[in-house]
Formats: sequence, C-alpha cells, structure tokens
Amino acid sequence: MSAGSTLQASRVALRYPGAAQPVLADFDLDLAPGEIVSVLGPSGVGKSSLLRVLSGLQAPDAGTIAVDGAALDGVHPRLAIAFQNPALLPWLDLEGNVAFGLDFKRQPQLSRAERQARVDRAIAEVGLTHARHLRPAALSGGMAQRAALARCLARQPQVLLLDEPFGALDEVTRADMQALLVQIVADYRSAAVLVTHDIDEALLVSDRILLLGGAPARTIGEWRIDLPRPREDFVAELGRIRIEIVGTLRRATRPH
Amino acid sequence: MSVADQGRAPARMRVVTPGFGGRLAHAGLGLAGLALLLALWWAATDLLAAEGSFARRFSPGDALPALAALVTGPDLWTHVAVSLKRVLVGLGLALLAGVPLGLLIGASRLAEAAATPAFQFLRMISPLSWMPIAVLVFGVGDAPIYFLLAFAAVWPIVLNTAAGVRQLNPHWLLLSKSLAATGWETLTRVILPGILGHVLTGLRLAIGISWIVLVPCEMLGVQAGLGYFILDTRDRLAYEQLMAVILVIGVIGYLLDTGARAVIHRFAPGS
Repeated sequence: MSAGSTLQASRVALRYPGAAQPVLADFDLDLAPGEIVSVLGPSGVGKSSLLRVLSGLQAPDAGTIAVDGAALDGVHPRLAIAFQNPALLPWLDLEGNVAFGLDFKRQPQLSRAERQARVDRAIAEVGLTHARHLRPAALSGGMAQRAALARCLARQPQVLLLDEPFGALDEVTRADMQALLVQIVADYRSAAVLVTHDIDEALLVSDRILLLGGAPARTIGEWRIDLPRPREDFVAELGRIRIEIVGTLRRATRPH
Repeated sequence: MSVADQGRAPARMRVVTPGFGGRLAHAGLGLAGLALLLALWWAATDLLAAEGSFARRFSPGDALPALAALVTGPDLWTHVAVSLKRVLVGLGLALLAGVPLGLLIGASRLAEAAATPAFQFLRMISPLSWMPIAVLVFGVGDAPIYFLLAFAAVWPIVLNTAAGVRQLNPHWLLLSKSLAATGWETLTRVILPGILGHVLTGLRLAIGISWIVLVPCEMLGVQAGLGYFILDTRDRLAYEQLMAVILVIGVIGYLLDTGARAVIHRFAPGS
C-alpha cells in the first residue's frame, strides 16, 4: 500500500449474479488526498457499478478496497456518494436534506451544535444559504444538485464519489458545478472520484483520467493532467489529450 | 425543478390555482346543484305526491324545522358523538392493521403474489355479510361494529400503502443505504414520510366507506348512534325527524371528507 493513499482499490472485479461475464475486471485505483480522478467511459461500460463498489454499496467479487489502509466492509462514514438524481426528500427543506443522515445511529456521533455548524458550512459552500428553507420542489435542477453536494459535504467526506452528478444540467449550470467541485475538494481537503461520459468535463476538472473500456470493463488508458486551473487557458494541451482519449476509445471498441 | 432533473421521481406539475372569481363561480355552481337537489326533493314530496299520501310526510317543509329542533336539542349530538367514536375506533384499527400489511405487500413481490387474490376476494364481500358472525364472536355492543368498520376500512389503506411503497423513489432508498441507515431509520425517515400521501389517500377512501357502512351496522343490537336513531324515528313514526337525520348523516359525511382532503393538502400536497 502506498503512503498517502486515501482510497485504494486493487484487482477489483464484479460480476452480477446470472451474468455471463463480469462487468468489471482487475480494476486498480490509488487515490491521493486532494486528488480528483475522473473515470471516463462510454455509457453502459460499468462506471456506475464501479462507483457502487468503491462506495461500499456493493461488495466486489474479487479484489480489495481500502480506505486509509483499512479494508472497506460496507458503506463508510467518510465516503460520500452523489448520483445524477439528487434524491432530495421532498418533505424536508433544503437544510433538512443537507442534515439528513447526520444523526443516524451508525454515523459518527455529533452534538447538535456540531451538526448545525457542518450543515451551515456545507450550505454556504455551495452558495445556497439564501435558499436553506426552501423545499426541493422549489429548487432548480442546478440548485438541487448543489443541495445534494452539500449533503455529502456535511459528512466532511474524505472521498466524494460522484456518479454523473451534472449529467442532467444545462451547459452553463454544468460549468458552474464543475468549478464548484474543484473548489469544494480544495476547501474540504477531500478527494473525489468523478464518473462521467463527458470527455470535456473530465479534462476540465481532473488531476487524472482513467478510461474504462471493453467487456468486462478495465482501465484501457490513464492520463495525468498537471495543468493549473481554470483549465480553459490550456485548450491546446487539453485538445491533444482529448484526441488521445478518443483514439484509445475507438481502438478499444473496434472489432479485431 | 425541471422534469429532466427529477430522473425517475414523479414529475410534479404546477397546479394553476384559479383566482378568487373562479373559485366563487365554482362554489356558486356547487350551491346551485344543492339547491336543485332540494327542489327535486320538494317536488317529489309536495308537488308530485298526491294530497294526503304517505310521501308527503317526508317533505322538506317538515324535515327542515325538525332538523332545526334536533340540532338545538341534546339527543342528536349524543348519537353523533357515539357514531363518530365508532368510526374513529374502526379507522384506528384499520390503520394499525392496514399500514403494516400494506408495507409488507408493497415491499415483497412474494407477499403481494400470495395476498392479492385473497384480498380481492375479501374486499368484494360486503362487510355487513359478516354481521351475524361478528355478533356471535364479539357479542352485542360496540365490539362487532368496530370489527365491521375496521374490516370495511382496511382494504383501501392496505392497497394504497402498498402502492405508495412501490412508487417510492429508489434513489431515496439508495441514499439511506449509503448513509448506513438502520432498518428502523429507513422506515421512519424515508419510507413512512415517503408514502404519507398514499396512506392519507387510503384513509380518505376508508373514511367514506366507514361512514357508509356505519349506519346499517348501527341498526343491529345497539341503543345509540345515527343508524339506531334512524330506526328509532321510524318506530316513533317521526318521519320528519327521519329525514332530518338523513340530512345530518349526509352533512357529517361531507364534512369528514372535506376534513380528510384538507389534511392531505396540508401534509402531503400534490398527492
């Protein structure tokens, strides 16, 4: 195990019961603190399955996952997962949604004041303090996804696991959310695994891109992006990586 | 929130609330309908029925003053209180049995497959058919009425609760799983609030059914309640009072339903 790794997966495989072949095979990941890794791949390749395994929602059939060197066994309080569907509870206001789960028995026990402080900070971080008493039905798509992120942040996660969280948003909102994600990871000294099928999104936010492909899915390419942010100033460099990624994808999907 | 953002959650439509004028016109039409009903009643008993015929005794001209007299006296209210208590107890029992049963059926395909034919069978038997058995088992008094009312009211609660569980947003359950919720936390913090609208809709249907079944139930073996009062007025040949009690039954039923609708609107808007 490498020093300074926060989430580590080694030789992870997943096969759904009754399926002819595994969804995932031999997946390795070594996530450094503060790092944003995008897992990129075509729709249906198994990205969401991978994230479920990394989050402890689903046990792998082979391989191990470790958080801070301790083997992951089920969901972990310092791993927070967000989906494309913000899954806000319509009977709670935004603040209630962000606080949701903090008082659960199997979560770290916090005093009422600590919980409130975390909720306040998380809501402020995503810029929704003005909307804290609104119900989800009154929130726009972007606001709802910010609220879902704040719900993750209130748990002060070591790792954010994000499954196409901005997939349903319009371009402008999406760009805002990508910038917010980078800021959040820095402010909370967290790390993130972002699952996406959008190459540009991966290029703009990630420190590293893993390309998943094939069946069963495995890592068919890896790119480290050591460019400062905002990345919009480095279109030429990003364009080169983009062409490599698309080329790798095409080779992987072409029949032999 | 746009429809696309909600994914598989049901899209909530923005209901355009009519203006004050629109609501006034709506209420006016409703009142006109009630006035027409009153006119038909009056026509049937006072215009169409022959002079001195039996039907004339049911005239609104006699019933409305009798209603005024009943409303100002103590008797009617005693019977109303007894009837309402029976309905409340029956509904309480139906909720206690129906919600857990609905949760089970909604959550388990096996339980649903096993229970559905039996429920459809039991549901279609008029609760009143069980009356002799209920009296044999529970004796004369309130107990068989509670049983019959609960038996009548439990089905809409079971079926609506089960439908609510099936329509729960799967993302909510995934969320609760990712937060390491215990079974109890998932039940009380996600499932029950998530199905509240469905349960209340079931309860509203159950209230309607209970109120309808109550009156015939009270016609056997009890000494109080609106059903008993109907028979009592008949035995005393007080037909104007009989009509007045019918009016009271209708008005209370209407108010119960309005109350149930208000509760749904307050606690589960949009369902």
